[in-house]
Amino acid sequence: MNELIKPLGFSVALILIFASVTYVLPQMKGEAPDEKEVDVGALTMDSFVAMGEKLYQGKGTCTLCHNKLGRAPDLLTYDVAKTSLERIADSRYQGKAKDAEGYLRESMLQPGAYVVKGFGKKGSNDTESPMPAVDQAPIQLSEVEIGAVIAYLQKKDGNPVTVALPAAAPAGQGKEDAAGAKPALAQNAEEAIAKFGCAACHSILKTEAAIGPSLKDVGKRLKIDQIRNSIVDPKAEIAKGYPPIMPDFPAMTLSELEMIVQFLTKQTGTQL
Amino acid sequence: MAPEHAEGQRIPARAKNGPDWGRRLFFATLIAILIFFWWMLIHSGGVAGKHGAEQQTTSAGGGQVGGEPSALSLPAPKPKRADYPGIGVSSRTVVWIVAQMHLFFGALVLAVPIFVLVIEVIGFKTDDDRYDDMAHEFMKVSLTAYAITALFGGTLALSLFLLYPDFMNYMMRVFGSQVLVYAVLFFLESMLLYIYYYGWDALRYGNRKWVHMTLGLLLNAVGTTLLVVANSWSTFMMAPSGIDPATGAVTGNIWEIMKGPLWNPLNLHRFLANIAFGGAVVGAYAAFKFLSAKTPAEKAHYDWMGYTSNFTAILAFLPLPFAGYWMMAEVYAYSQQMGILAMGGILAWLFVIQAVLICTILFAGNYYLWTGMARTEGGERYRWLVKYIALVLVLGFLVWVTPHNVIYSGSEVARLGGGSHPVLGPLGIMPAKNIAVFLMLIFTFLSFQLYRRADKLITVAWRDWGNALMVAIYIVACANVIFAGVYYGYFTNTVYKVGSSVLQVSSTAVVIVSGVVIDTLMFKGAKTLPVFWGKVPDRSQYALFALPIAFTWLMALMGYIRSSMRTHWHVYAVMKDNSPDNFIPPLQTVGNMVTAVTLLFLIFVLFIFWIANLSGTRQVPPETGGKFVAAGNAA
Repeated sequence: MNELIKPLGFSVALILIFASVTYVLPQMKGEAPDEKEVDVGALTMDSFVAMGEKLYQGKGTCTLCHNKLGRAPDLLTYDVAKTSLERIADSRYQGKAKDAEGYLRESMLQPGAYVVKGFGKKGSNDTESPMPAVDQAPIQLSEVEIGAVIAYLQKKDGNPVTVALPAAAPAGQGKEDAAGAKPALAQNAEEAIAKFGCAACHSILKTEAAIGPSLKDVGKRLKIDQIRNSIVDPKAEIAKGYPPIMPDFPAMTLSELEMIVQFLTKQTGTQL
Repeated sequence: MAPEHAEGQRIPARAKNGPDWGRRLFFATLIAILIFFWWMLIHSGGVAGKHGAEQQTTSAGGGQVGGEPSALSLPAPKPKRADYPGIGVSSRTVVWIVAQMHLFFGALVLAVPIFVLVIEVIGFKTDDDRYDDMAHEFMKVSLTAYAITALFGGTLALSLFLLYPDFMNYMMRVFGSQVLVYAVLFFLESMLLYIYYYGWDALRYGNRKWVHMTLGLLLNAVGTTLLVVANSWSTFMMAPSGIDPATGAVTGNIWEIMKGPLWNPLNLHRFLANIAFGGAVVGAYAAFKFLSAKTPAEKAHYDWMGYTSNFTAILAFLPLPFAGYWMMAEVYAYSQQMGILAMGGILAWLFVIQAVLICTILFAGNYYLWTGMARTEGGERYRWLVKYIALVLVLGFLVWVTPHNVIYSGSEVARLGGGSHPVLGPLGIMPAKNIAVFLMLIFTFLSFQLYRRADKLITVAWRDWGNALMVAIYIVACANVIFAGVYYGYFTNTVYKVGSSVLQVSSTAVVIVSGVVIDTLMFKGAKTLPVFWGKVPDRSQYALFALPIAFTWLMALMGYIRSSMRTHWHVYAVMKDNSPDNFIPPLQTVGNMVTAVTLLFLIFVLFIFWIANLSGTRQVPPETGGKFVAAGNAA
């Protein structure tokens, strides 16, 4: 009996030793990506950027390679938007993008358009990228999600977010969440301006105010991206002579933002 | 090397009178089997470099019968969470346990007949019945395991159909009648196995022995075909081919579906791992019998049996890392994302445990060889080297288990000056571990080579030159392994780090191959010293228990990692897993599950050993007191 008990005890002890190793290692759980439908109508630029960051860390699996281990350029260590323009100007660039947003989108959908030196597939002399297209399986980012990642990558270095907020979902989709606790959506630019109290500081429509610069001629002074960015990130650039007191608008939806932006681009002062 | 113990009497040469048709039958069958597998290897593309997660095989016309859409042209199902039946416990846990048990026993019953046949052939060629008896006894262990394999296989199929109906519906649609071929092969395997085992004594001499060995060949051919057919299901789930990647509709024929990019790497890996695993399990059986042996003859027999098992296990284990590298290289070629997830993502921590397990196997294998040198006086000549080999193994182990970084608090990071330790950090990355692994393999082979030389006095005239050449090969190989690891690992880009392993693998392979060749030539005319089988300490047998335990744990762990690389996909990038268990569990959960299946396997193995022992026990007539006595060692 002894010749059975001792080996058995030895074997069980060995099994438990192996098991114990798993207890001293970091405990991480790999959740499957959240497949919930994005309610684009309820998105604000802040939540859009936050969504991009979450995708970058999670479903997009970007950090699997884009990290400090050198598998792919660590995008968090340099100004991605600025570098994008340098890449477009590089003679090795094979894509069609004209600006940073286009380059970032292209790099996610056609990673081979520009392969950073030293990061190409082995034996390809940096002409082929090992990165998968993110809109394809297994990653399968949607168009909205790709836009969110671009917005995040632009915003993280303080660059203007040029990516347009996605249009509201078609009727019947994604309305449930927005309908509940959130305030009613503005139906046009005038309602949106009233809802967010722009006229309290800016001269706009029929009101006059001098706390912030007049918006009656803003379409002549600023380009559409600058207008959008000044709302999304008011502190990124402060108009000369005015205090940096404009608040963020986390509750502003994409559709409301776009209505305001489109309205403001038409304010050239000549209407008055 | 058969034991020369007291009761070991060499029997006369096999009767070879009469027509020699048995030999012709055997070799014709062998050639036919080799051609079959060679054809399969060639037509499956060997290394499938042109595959890729984004470029799965498609061929127009599949899925259409006479221009009409068929079931094959239907897309892969997209089950929602509510579509997964629940039985009150985690479906994944149920399938995990049953599948792993099936795989354990499947590995055992497919592997044992392989080396049993080799042992039988050796016994036949050397006219030594002890090889034959040992092979027969090994088969006895395998036979009970076979029935358990089938039981777990049936339970697994039922569990899958019950718990994952949509997934199984899709798999049945993809593989179609191939599953019936599998069933036919299973019947054939069963018949051949029983004839092979029960016909052992009836087909023992002359042409009949050749017939018996031919049956062994067929048994292994059918068994290996079963293995590769079942492998195609696993590799299809990981790297699907023969389907439309966008919809999952079947577009290729069954051959295109089977020959995915990971099929051959997995075939090779499982084939070798099964032999190593099977050798280790029957080694434990021998160790158990050795410890309970009452006579020196029994001890000698089971010592020799344990040695043969360990030899088989380690021999099959040594090339496993190469098969593993091939497997992972193909995974990376198919999907870099999948590869990085395994080697650098959430699953990477499990490789720390892998390091502990493989080092346990290497320690146990080496320790068994060192203690085995006590069987012959010639072993003393090499004993001084043991401490240096042990030192390399210990250092290798320490490097291997050094993590690159762990989860630190802010103050710890500040004190370290970064996420990695300033001195030990470089040891945490793959190049350092590659150096450690390959040096450990080279020195394990050195132990093996010293053991083989322990009972020989080499007499060839070029002995000194041969030894010098062997030493030079070791030095150059070690230098290569270290240089390649340091240069590629620390002075080139990550993409080229993988390149270091090519030089390291080839250097290690050169040591092994040249060591075997040089020794074979040097042993010609060598004087053989007496080997005293059974003259090993009891503690040496614990190495034979450690081996199967570590192998079993390792198999369960690596199987889990391979399967988890699919993450939340039933069929990678084609059919999503929306079940409640579609996440990668924390390491503790993995450890608990692997421990549970290993313990369960241990219980079943004890049952098999008991059954095997019981079959050799006969109750004496009541007038002698009704006590049980052993009927001997005969199989």
